[in-house]
Amino acid sequence: MNSYWNKSLEAGEKWSGVIKKGSLLRLTASGKTANVSMLLFNAHDRTERYNMPDTLKAQHTSHLTKGHVLMSDNGKAMAGIIEDDTGWHDPFGGFSKTGWTDAQFGKTTYQSERNERYRSGEENFSMELFRNGLTMRDTVPVLNVFSKVAVQDGGEMVFHEDNAQTGQAITFRTEMDLLIVLSNTPHPLDTSTVYPSVPVKLEAGAAEPVGKDDICLNLCGENRRAFENTWEANLLAEGLTAAVSAE
Amino acid sequence: MTQAKEITTSPRKIEDAVYTRTIPAGKGWMHDLEPGQVFRITDLEGNQAADTLFYDALNPEDSYSAIETVTAQKNIYLTTGSVLRAKSGRPLLTITADSVGRHDTVGGACSAESNTVRYAHEKKAMHNCRDTFMYELSKRGAQFSKQDLAPNINFFMNVPITPEGGLTFEDGVSAPGYYVEMQAETNTTVLISNCPQLNNPCNDYNPTPIEVTIWNN
Repeated sequence: MNSYWNKSLEAGEKWSGVIKKGSLLRLTASGKTANVSMLLFNAHDRTERYNMPDTLKAQHTSHLTKGHVLMSDNGKAMAGIIEDDTGWHDPFGGFSKTGWTDAQFGKTTYQSERNERYRSGEENFSMELFRNGLTMRDTVPVLNVFSKVAVQDGGEMVFHEDNAQTGQAITFRTEMDLLIVLSNTPHPLDTSTVYPSVPVKLEAGAAEPVGKDDICLNLCGENRRAFENTWEANLLAEGLTAAVSAE
Repeated sequence: MTQAKEITTSPRKIEDAVYTRTIPAGKGWMHDLEPGQVFRITDLEGNQAADTLFYDALNPEDSYSAIETVTAQKNIYLTTGSVLRAKSGRPLLTITADSVGRHDTVGGACSAESNTVRYAHEKKAMHNCRDTFMYELSKRGAQFSKQDLAPNINFFMNVPITPEGGLTFEDGVSAPGYYVEMQAETNTTVLISNCPQLNNPCNDYNPTPIEVTIWNN
């Protein structure tokens, strides 16, 4: 990928930003215990957001990997996963709470640990959503990038350690302008007693246009219709000029 | 597919109830429960989906959270003993009896938009659960907004998830007269859409009525 922007998201760090449609966002794990909790919003209408149930039932899957599309509550393709080394990213685990983080890894404070303290998804999202005019009321089930929770036949949820390997990456392609909110904090079902977060590299680059043979578009008819819903909304929002130039 | 079903029955009698109502297919129902009240949903004709959301009645922005609920019990399905939690992690209700054995909370509600994705663009005008949720919430004015449409519970619905990472909507495991019963742990607002979905074989393409019943303890 020819990236025009990159940043290291440190262990425990949060980030939010608007990424234009037709872009690539790649996350690369620097260790086997990486987990980044992710929320997606329509950059222009933040009442529209990633919807876990609609995403999973449309694609008949309980995990996300290459070829899958993250869909909004308005039935639109928000982002496609066009490359994935890991093979499984978890939609069920949610983000870590502050109370759990303290209980699991030991309570830390700024006063004693300074910036090495253990941050939670709860405090990170509280701040990063507030920055964007949103609140915790706007939280929905996150995508936990790099994590695997397999559901057994009886429904038991089993967290798989070491789902990601050092250097493995996932690449999202934005299908619409997105506000992306990230928290590099532990998966709530991680059984480690040592704070597991590791730095994750973020890169942005330009995507090729969605081709006729695109893996996300062609995964299933459901995906094609979600793309068509996105294209229709983009057309209406951008108007005739965009429609003519797209011919 | 096989599953270990744990069936628990309720000792409560209909004649002792303080409230009972039949909700026709496609209709919504919103009601506030007092702490300690016991609430039952009965699948009158079988394999109906009762799409249900809960809110802390004293703090409605603390809505039901499928994620808090399943991660706390480390199991993706709901049945007797499941504590139904809000986003804050606070218990709203506990399931006390269940003649089905398991219920779904990751399949979400049907909507006009998801119907276009799952079935065909031409399905957009069809009646759906999200419309019912929005219509019922709108009756309470500014108290609620779209951000309060969290992933719900589909009582009586069978959405098996495989260890390999699959997810399907299977024929229901419910039957006429099966019920699920739960006790409110706090002041809890219940919101039900009795699902009008006509595109999915899981209800035999035939949405049917459910009954709600409330006891004081």
